[in-house]
Amino acid sequence: MKKLLLATALAGIATAAAAQDVVRLGTEGAYPPYNFINDAGEVAGFEREMGDELCKRAGLTCEWVTNAWDSIIPNLQSGNYDVIIAGMSVTAEREEVIDFSQGYLPPTNSVYLAATADVDLKSGPVAAQTGTIQAGYVAEQGMTLLEFATPEETVAAVKNGEAVAVFADKDYLVPMAAESGGALVLLAEEVALGDGVGLGFRDSDDELRGKFDAAIKSMKCDGTLDAMIAKEEYFGAAALLWGDAGKEGC
Amino acid sequence: MFSFCADPKAIEGLSWLTCYLTSAKHLDFYWSFVTVLTLVAITAPAALAFGFAGATAARSQFLPTRAFGKTYIAMVRGVPDIVFFLFFVIALDQGVEYIKNLMVCDGGVWPWQGLEFRVCQQAKVPLATSDAFWHDAYAFTLAIVTFALVFGAFVANVFFGAMQAVPRAQLETAEAYGMTHAQVFRRILVPQMWVYALPGLSNLWMILIKSTPLLFLLGIEDIVYYARELGGSKTKAYEYPHGDWRLWYFLALLCFYLLMTKVSEGVLGRLSARLSKGQATAAGEAMRKAAA
Repeated sequence: MKKLLLATALAGIATAAAAQDVVRLGTEGAYPPYNFINDAGEVAGFEREMGDELCKRAGLTCEWVTNAWDSIIPNLQSGNYDVIIAGMSVTAEREEVIDFSQGYLPPTNSVYLAATADVDLKSGPVAAQTGTIQAGYVAEQGMTLLEFATPEETVAAVKNGEAVAVFADKDYLVPMAAESGGALVLLAEEVALGDGVGLGFRDSDDELRGKFDAAIKSMKCDGTLDAMIAKEEYFGAAALLWGDAGKEGC
Repeated sequence: MFSFCADPKAIEGLSWLTCYLTSAKHLDFYWSFVTVLTLVAITAPAALAFGFAGATAARSQFLPTRAFGKTYIAMVRGVPDIVFFLFFVIALDQGVEYIKNLMVCDGGVWPWQGLEFRVCQQAKVPLATSDAFWHDAYAFTLAIVTFALVFGAFVANVFFGAMQAVPRAQLETAEAYGMTHAQVFRRILVPQMWVYALPGLSNLWMILIKSTPLLFLLGIEDIVYYARELGGSKTKAYEYPHGDWRLWYFLALLCFYLLMTKVSEGVLGRLSARLSKGQATAAGEAMRKAAA
């Protein structure tokens, strides 16, 4: 009996030790091609494939969790998951509350998507997702900002005439324009915002951040990250890549 | 689900629609209706229990119990549901983890550190290693407790009023027969109060059904979440690209809720008739006359 108890206790300790290695990855699941819930009901997209690869390289068991965008930082801080992997751009404001890994996507431009190419952005409301760098930019520029909780709703707002244009990451809007059959067009103006896309961590989680940093670096070094970014179903051949800059210090 | 759905890009028309509506994500959507019905099925009796306890406490002769009951009713009824939901669920979750933290973590460090809530891995509820099912079940349980607490306060008020409405003569007669306080409560007051409570309770039942979309606010993937997620326009990144179909999905929700309230109305009507039988109320009197 004592032996049995001891064995159970040891097994308990073993599972407790293993518990350290399960990392919960929090994503939005509504921002293709970065991340979305596919028709099988699972998280898919560029960040799914990259995240799984990072976990493999870091020797971690990872689990995917979805969370609404507007509460994605508070829920990281209260410990519902350990990493934000949701196409989040690195900005000074966010750096104040969470820590970022090194970038896994170079800074890409943000663009406007509108019903016609000659809309006056100053005249009508411009749609953007709540809590994004694009929403902040629209407000700063003195345009009327119309905020929505999900990216999909911002595009729908332009379609039904609620907003004259939507302002978001170029990689999100390009397929929208391409598949609208001419109903929506991208404006020529492109704006560079943010310092690239990185993983978000709690300030206190430096050890975990270090593991992911190393994994991202190793993917940059052997070129797998660039190859993944350029995949046709993600960002395509025209995407910005890390190239030689990513291989510094390998 | 079906073999002909293997390549959704190649099919069209009715078979496309069939495949679309039976995709794994849609099956999750159908299951979420079960989630909502389960919530209602568990919350309703739990809220009745909370309400009964609250009303009994509020009527108590013993001052602290009475104060507790009255405070519960007044506080929960006075705070907007949404505020209560946003606050209470987080507070309850962190409270549970804080207590577990005291028991299992070494030293039991104060977890509220600046912006972060930090407990050791072993104090997480559920553990990070647990199956996704347990994470969902835990979130769902928190939601049920919150729903039951909020609706319990309203139920308590309804019960409180219903208990006061039972004719005093009935209770006095029972006392004259030598029954104790507890006996009067159990044998006379409670059986008779239901008929007075029913209109208020049926109101609350309807409000409870209509409040279930609050689940969405708590991050639970309920029918509103899926309607929005599935209805939004889909690019070629998805297997079944389509336009903005939110209108149709929300229309389906509308029908679901109308159906639920319609069925409830029928059941509550019959229950009301059943309870009025032989009661010293206008409805009971009318039934007596009709029978004679």
